[in-house]
Amino acid sequence: MKADIVLAGVGGQGILSIATVLGKAALEAGLYIKQAEVHGMSQRGGDVQSCLRISSEPIASDLIRNGCADLIVSLEPMEALRYLPLLRRDGWIVTGTTPVVNIDNYPEMEEVTASLTAFGNTVAADFDTVAKEVASPRSANMALLGAASRFIDGITPEEIEHAIAGIFASKGEAIIESNIKAFRAGLALATETANRVSAN
Amino acid sequence: MTTKQLLLGDEAFALGALHAGLSGGYAYPGTPSTEILEFIQQHPLTKERGIHSRWSSNEKTAMEEALGMSFCGKRALVAMKHVGLNVAADPYVNSAFTGVNGGLLVTVADDPSMHSSQNEQDSRFYADFAIMPLLEPSTQQEAYDMARYGFELSERVGTPVTFRFVTRLSHSRGTVETAVEASEQRPLTYPEKTRQWVLMPGNSRVRYKELLADHERMVEESEKSPFNSYIPGDDKSLGIVVSGIASNYLNELFPQGCPFPVVKISQYPMPEKMLARLADETGGNILVIEEGQPFIEQRLRGYLNRGLNVCGKLTGHLNRTGELTPDSVAACLVQLRPELAGSLKVDVNPASQIVVPRPPALCQGCGHRDVYHALNDVLAEHDNAKVFGDIGCYTLGWLKPFNAIDTVVDMGASITMAKGAADAGQHPAVAIIGDSTFTHSGMTGLLDAINEDSPVTIIISDNLTTGMTGGQDSQGTGKIEQICIGLGADPAHVRTIDSHPRTHEEMKALLREEISHKGLSVVVARRECIQTARRHASAKAKEQAAKA
Repeated sequence: MKADIVLAGVGGQGILSIATVLGKAALEAGLYIKQAEVHGMSQRGGDVQSCLRISSEPIASDLIRNGCADLIVSLEPMEALRYLPLLRRDGWIVTGTTPVVNIDNYPEMEEVTASLTAFGNTVAADFDTVAKEVASPRSANMALLGAASRFIDGITPEEIEHAIAGIFASKGEAIIESNIKAFRAGLALATETANRVSAN
Repeated sequence: MTTKQLLLGDEAFALGALHAGLSGGYAYPGTPSTEILEFIQQHPLTKERGIHSRWSSNEKTAMEEALGMSFCGKRALVAMKHVGLNVAADPYVNSAFTGVNGGLLVTVADDPSMHSSQNEQDSRFYADFAIMPLLEPSTQQEAYDMARYGFELSERVGTPVTFRFVTRLSHSRGTVETAVEASEQRPLTYPEKTRQWVLMPGNSRVRYKELLADHERMVEESEKSPFNSYIPGDDKSLGIVVSGIASNYLNELFPQGCPFPVVKISQYPMPEKMLARLADETGGNILVIEEGQPFIEQRLRGYLNRGLNVCGKLTGHLNRTGELTPDSVAACLVQLRPELAGSLKVDVNPASQIVVPRPPALCQGCGHRDVYHALNDVLAEHDNAKVFGDIGCYTLGWLKPFNAIDTVVDMGASITMAKGAADAGQHPAVAIIGDSTFTHSGMTGLLDAINEDSPVTIIISDNLTTGMTGGQDSQGTGKIEQICIGLGADPAHVRTIDSHPRTHEEMKALLREEISHKGLSVVVARRECIQTARRHASAKAKEQAAKA
């Protein structure tokens, strides 16, 4: 198997928590991982991106080639669009829809939504709400991860849930439960969207 | 016995050093090198063995402290970002002359593409003219394995060994197979050759000749290094020399193996015999793929370029600035061999036309913001105010909405450039510098300004931490005013104020007074970094919850 994932967001949003869970799940599944992050200046409210590569074979490059990513996972809708050139033509975008407007010239939200829709293979949702409906908005990142997991072959949802339990172990059963519920809600949402897209 | 872990390149190297019997880690924080010492600080072995791991005031003090530990026979490492090596250059270059007793690793993380730096300099040039071996890991596993190898190499050749990291290795995680147990630390011993540790001309003249002779041994080491290799290829119309992280990109493009013969270099000085073989077998047609500046390419090409047919960055086949990517390497190969287009070209989605840049910005609730708001208001009352900036989060004050600073050059330059400008007749001349940058390289410049009572206003924007690199302890915390007064600043013109929206008018009045003062003033504007304040608050809450 191989999954090349672009994680995107705005500095401070916590995209790396998603990488941490997937990395742990992949390591426990005996897979190879490479994950290039950016630290330092750009973490101060700028755009941040991380290439997460998971494979059953050894991985050479820390960076993903243009046109080769299987999936963009973004916490912010414009940031999802920023990395389109990295994505495979038939890849998927999974993104939160709440914009972070910390710049003067943020595009009109209608344009952002239209571009995401035009790509076709898109799961765009307000993951705060998705998480809140089943647990708490604090688990929004795990809802996003749940949606993304629909497009990652080679790691089962059970393996990811196990990793979530491991990572939140010190926070107690209630927090683990809440994150797993959010994860499942995200997965259900993405499954529904993917089925709808393939039916069209 | 081994175990598998997911580690950043920086962390893999730090763990390798710990497992190799490290006795002291020394560093000043700098992206992308910071995580090396942070990992050592948090590792249980450090506490158990009493391994030194506190931050140093700057890279020069760190380098000298590590050299002192090596003098006493113990294994030490010093870590810094590429421009930190400029600061540490004096002890660094001279440490090849003194040599080492315990193994000494000088680890420098270059930042091609300038993700978080002011330039792209390539540390391989330093190791070359200092005459010491350099190791350039390409993978996290190599970073781990090379730490032990580097200590042994350092002790074998008798000089420090430089490690060159780049951002994409420092800050990339990978699966690393590590030992589970650490080797013993080395005992306290003293150098057998004592004269070379005293760099008086008479001693250094003798030592320089030895060092030049040792260079031959370093080349021999490179020829047989497990990290350099000649990889045969069927298509001998082109030979490829690839180094460090760039070899990952080449391997990515040819998962079944590169069709051309390849020399992979991760240990310098360059392996001469391997390179000569490549030149012979390929009729001298060589492509060099290396991250950073064209170090290998320049050497193979020669100044007159009358020998081999070498291409790479100097010929425009690869980008001269910014980092390499698997895509830039693929484009270069297709340019040289169009028949590779079929296997290397990928169909790519067009870039979105609506996406706009999102530059970094000072955090909401950051005290630097309050300083710039007040300073801008006061300087608007003058026609030609100049503000000399420095390196840190507050460098972002150059951007909108503040547009508050005129220069940013290197650590500490705000104070000295403001002084030079005042010497030229500039008024107002204002310097703005953070607390950690001040103790790194600002104090000596302040002494110059104090000695001449230069009419400059120096704002030390004290957030009680080293903010840009993620909140490491700052060496001057709690003693900034004392340092200034101790250096001789007039206590009446060492003023302190909280950086806060509620002190805006008060800060304006204070700045106005000190800017009009016809001599040196220091204004310490203080408020804890919002990021570390949050972290401290949540740690405190946890502590209280644990008690309850």
